[in-house]
Amino acid sequence: MSTTTINLGSIENIALGHGRCYLVGDEEIAVFRQRSGHLFAIQNRCPHRNGTLSEGVIGAGKVICPLHSHKFDLASGAGSEADECVKVYTVRELDGDIVLTV
Amino acid sequence: MNQNKTKLVVVGNGMAGARVVEEILKRASDRFEIVMFGAEPYGNYNRILLSNVLNGSQAASEIFMNPLAWYRDNGIKLHAGVRATRIDRQRKVVIGAPLEKDALAYAADAAAVPDAALIEEPYDHVIIATGSRPFVPPMEGFGGPGTFLFRTLDDCDQIANYAKTCKEAAVIGGGLLGLEAARGLLTHGVEVTVLEAAPQLMIAQLDFESGKMLRDTMEGMGIQVMCEKITTKIVYDDGRIRRLDFKDGSTLETDMVVVSAGIRPITEIAAASGLTVNKGIVCDDQMRTSDRDIFAVGECVEHRHKLYGLVDPIWDQAKTLADVITGFNPKAEYLGSRLGTKLKVMGVELASMGDTKPSLPDDEVIVYSEPSRGVYKKMIVRENQIAGAILLGETDTAGVLMQMFMTGAAVPSRRADLLFGTSSGMPVLSVFDLPDHAQICNCNGISKGEIKEAIVIGKCHSVSKVGACTKAGLGCGSCKVLVAQLIEAYAGEVDDDPTEDYYVPGVPLEKAQLVAEIKRRGLKSVSAVFRELAGDKEDPGSKVGLASLLKTLWPGEYDDERDARFVNDRVHANIQKDGTFSVVPRIYGGVTSPAELRRIAEVAEKYNVPMVKFTGGQRLDLLGVKKDDLPKMWKDLGIPSGHAYTKAFRTCKSCVGTDFCRYGVGDSIKLAQEIEHRFQGIESPHKMKLATAGCPRNCSEAYVKDLGAVAIEGGKWEIYIGGAAGGSVRKGDLLCTVATHADVLKYMGRFMQYYREHGKYLERTYGFVERIGIEPLKMILVEDSEGICARLDAEIQKAVDAYKDPWKEAELPAYPGQFNGPELAHALELAENNG
Repeated sequence: MSTTTINLGSIENIALGHGRCYLVGDEEIAVFRQRSGHLFAIQNRCPHRNGTLSEGVIGAGKVICPLHSHKFDLASGAGSEADECVKVYTVRELDGDIVLTV
Repeated sequence: MNQNKTKLVVVGNGMAGARVVEEILKRASDRFEIVMFGAEPYGNYNRILLSNVLNGSQAASEIFMNPLAWYRDNGIKLHAGVRATRIDRQRKVVIGAPLEKDALAYAADAAAVPDAALIEEPYDHVIIATGSRPFVPPMEGFGGPGTFLFRTLDDCDQIANYAKTCKEAAVIGGGLLGLEAARGLLTHGVEVTVLEAAPQLMIAQLDFESGKMLRDTMEGMGIQVMCEKITTKIVYDDGRIRRLDFKDGSTLETDMVVVSAGIRPITEIAAASGLTVNKGIVCDDQMRTSDRDIFAVGECVEHRHKLYGLVDPIWDQAKTLADVITGFNPKAEYLGSRLGTKLKVMGVELASMGDTKPSLPDDEVIVYSEPSRGVYKKMIVRENQIAGAILLGETDTAGVLMQMFMTGAAVPSRRADLLFGTSSGMPVLSVFDLPDHAQICNCNGISKGEIKEAIVIGKCHSVSKVGACTKAGLGCGSCKVLVAQLIEAYAGEVDDDPTEDYYVPGVPLEKAQLVAEIKRRGLKSVSAVFRELAGDKEDPGSKVGLASLLKTLWPGEYDDERDARFVNDRVHANIQKDGTFSVVPRIYGGVTSPAELRRIAEVAEKYNVPMVKFTGGQRLDLLGVKKDDLPKMWKDLGIPSGHAYTKAFRTCKSCVGTDFCRYGVGDSIKLAQEIEHRFQGIESPHKMKLATAGCPRNCSEAYVKDLGAVAIEGGKWEIYIGGAAGGSVRKGDLLCTVATHADVLKYMGRFMQYYREHGKYLERTYGFVERIGIEPLKMILVEDSEGICARLDAEIQKAVDAYKDPWKEAELPAYPGQFNGPELAHALELAENNG
């Protein structure tokens, strides 16, 4: 499988503790910047009812969907509900920029 | 075609046929290749609601249960408009003939399309669910113009259309459906007469006395009732009905006739295929006919010499059949049903179940009769169980009675409780006696059986653990009391779960302790609270509740970390199911002006707002707004935020008050505007919806608001707190009566501050007022028994002073990306070779 590395721009575009949605091709990817400094990237849409996860409240490596509070682990993609999980992407900081691998 | 799948042919596409298929799919979603024959040219609809279609309260489109897409999505081949005529059991094929487009689907002689090719479907199993057809008592002239049956959607249509040309209509049959048809006809502006052959209405469900009372009620609604009338002839004149002739020699002039005199099972296909048929298609306890590969379900079935025409038994049959045919539970058995029913006639409350008369010498009969109000209640108790009951005019306890009747529960010694409810308001039926399939949590659809399993097998002995395991109680929360009772019933006692008392799950402190610690340590941000009080462990599920509390505790000083807010409070708009937002500008007291309306309209047009809707709080909601457009719209509107998205003071509804109303005794509009100006943006444990009413007629519903002010004679205002008219309904409690608007503002503010300080997160005022009690609240807030009133007044004033219109952030976002939608990544530089 081929991977592409994409520079999403300055890390300052995401306020501490928030998430932001990026459109990569046709894919919506949510990138989060936890207060601890960790970066995470997952698919933006909740598998339950399509909620925008980038708008969710995060902390301790988890995000809570704003629509019905389903929770997802940001590192593994595992969901709080049976049969629900989200795609996880590799993301890191490089010289003050967010670098995503898809 | 998949050769491995079992071929299942379902004959009949009514409620029973579709239901049994649903039950089968639930148990084995891809074991069967399913083919259905339906004589009607539609998907499946809810026949029970036909009377609503006739009386106009529902559109035909609303009663479809399985639209054609459902068949497609589940890979079911539906032959709509095709009648299955015979099962060739030697060749194992079902044979069907396409019907003429306007053929009457249930008629025995419905015309097939001439020369059309017959359809053959091979089978491994067949399920017959042909249902029943209306019974027409022998009379001369039925079938001519102006005569109708009441059975299908097409019937409804034709009845409604023909009624437009009529002055008078007669309904033959005074049973459940006949009365519903009569009531439906009334809405089409005809004079209706019901003709019943028996000496009373609803002979199967009522005794003589209640039948008589129901007749009075129906006549009070404008429906004439004639009993002991047997129609012998419909007399026509010039192509239209002129009159009916009765057996007793009398006559009735009428323009149209609807027959609703019971049903008969449709059994032709079973008879033509050599299956055993008596009154219905004879089935065993596993719903098998005399051929092992052929099953039947629904109104066409005769089970243990009984025929069923109601929906509950048919659902049970469908479940048993699905259990057996899928092998999910090969030993499942249907053992018959107890019957209860409710009449769905606007303006008539009626429930009936079981026997209508005592039949054994020891049967106990309890009767209450109040003819002036049309109330009649009767119960027959046999061996300490309910053998039958009738509730007419007042049916509050019908649900409990029905549950006890169906489950054979033991009745309480005070029989009156079952007819009137207990004097203490306690439930009559112990959770112990509820059947496993009884739904406890109506928000998430959780049954008693699932909760019992969580308690007994999953060892969940606290309400929150049951919630975590089953989702029961996690919707509106009103079933939590029942969940606690179930834990008591099946585990002895409810475990103390200290986390249930925590203000938020991630900080192990009750609200009072948490507030004390936050103040003592001077913690002004959510992350400071995690650091100091939660072992430096951030908990996303606790952030929003803490943010709300800190804002209340430190008005103007709070270190507002925006990531701790829920999305609505970050972007000052309410997120919708599709990810768009709604914009509700503040409209003080519900009073606007042509100029303001014009501006709202222009903004709605400029930003292509897909829906503009009046809210229940007398404001305008602009729905379907893209996040990026929010700040631009606020600027163009030039109206402050209505806070329709947050846990805070929302709005104050008002009636027209003294300015224009001829009853008004207090200026409710002015007061509402003062309230809204003062308390806009005040955050609280949950939302607060307010109203002012200019007189006790309560047009603005002030009695059922979180806070309400009601003007009474003598220039005074009553202040009500803890009212609710949402998922829970509660009339507010009277806190005090005051003389001026200023006093209304004072006491309302005082209560709000007390609620802000003591309410649990997400506890509405109705729960809060009930928890603390109105008498203690009066002592604290009116008598000042704790000496805190002056402080409460000062605190709320501080919060009022700290108010800033959040929509001002349109000028300068509070943090990067606050109002940005998805960002296009591929427009940015690729970093493939960047190392």
